[in-house]
Amino acid sequence: MAEFALPKHSKVVKGIDYPLDTDSTNTRKVNVYRWSPDDDENPRLDSYTIDLDKCGPMVLDALIKIKQEIDSSLTFRRSCREGICGSCSMNIDGTNTLACLKSIEDIEGEINIYPLPHMEVVKDLVPDLSKAYEQLTSIKPWLQSNSNPEEGKSRKQTPNQREKIDGLWECVLCFSCSTSCPSYWWNGDKYLGPAVLLQAYRWIADSRDENTNERLDDLEDSFKLYRCHTIMNCTKTCPKGLNPAKAIGEIKKLQLERK
Amino acid sequence: MNSVKSPALGHWKLQRISALAMIPLVMWFIPSLLFSLLGNYADALVWFQSPFNTTGLFLLFITLFFHASLGLQVVIEDYVHNEGLKIASIILIKLLSILLGVLSLLCVLKIYLS
Repeated sequence: MAEFALPKHSKVVKGIDYPLDTDSTNTRKVNVYRWSPDDDENPRLDSYTIDLDKCGPMVLDALIKIKQEIDSSLTFRRSCREGICGSCSMNIDGTNTLACLKSIEDIEGEINIYPLPHMEVVKDLVPDLSKAYEQLTSIKPWLQSNSNPEEGKSRKQTPNQREKIDGLWECVLCFSCSTSCPSYWWNGDKYLGPAVLLQAYRWIADSRDENTNERLDDLEDSFKLYRCHTIMNCTKTCPKGLNPAKAIGEIKKLQLERK
Repeated sequence: MNSVKSPALGHWKLQRISALAMIPLVMWFIPSLLFSLLGNYADALVWFQSPFNTTGLFLLFITLFFHASLGLQVVIEDYVHNEGLKIASIILIKLLSILLGVLSLLCVLKIYLS
């Protein structure tokens, strides 16, 4: 059955408060989810007050500042700081997004930061994405073709064919969308989730790929694809402004059309 | 062509077709019902005994219970994770839909023939 009661260690308790020792008036309180596998403690919400005059504009800047100046044990993933690597996806102010693309100014009041919802937590803001990556591998996210391109030439596409993968190739696989989807929360072991389905459609829509039929066959399943009930949380949350719900709709449409 | 034996696509398609079919049926049924309630018992009987209305009710009840059983099956698949309980619940839902559907049709027929 669906789990209505929370498992042990799910209750988030109040954590440590780190006040700020300055006269600055431009301050902001940042509440961060903390949990470590090393002790037997419940997760806690630590509060850090930071001086915004001495901090970069994005939520990621605030996290880096906290880690450098207040608490070096704070753990999170980050790399490119410009929305390309997809590492710093987390739940900020109630919405899954990339910390590097979320401006502090856009958040009113205290900033609440949690890891991506309904994923196992490795530590603090780091979710375990290994199952999601396995699902990505299962859709074979690479070009499949039986023919060879002309010797020394690349595979050609017309501008129209190329346009069909716009809005798909930009996905950075941060999994903000999949972890915002209730269907993925309840059936994440069988339902592939919006991120992986968008990737699947990226290869279905690619004119150079010759395995379209096999790809569609593979997705024609009650759980892999049809757990999507089009509530569109994925599209609402995508920090890159993409539309995974539309990609899923297109897959269903293609399956219908080829019957 | 595809060689998939999964019922997923058919289920999804039928759910949408039945939903579309219910738009005109419900738009016809609710005002008609309200209108017939304004009069007395004899007026209502006249409404129910018109072949047009009886046909409409037949179509509505068939679509309604068919659509409900498809939808409830999806809800059970979403939330019931114990395989045995899931299959039992889906069978129960189907049987209940058939039972209620047949019962509704018999009621409509009984009024029509009375």
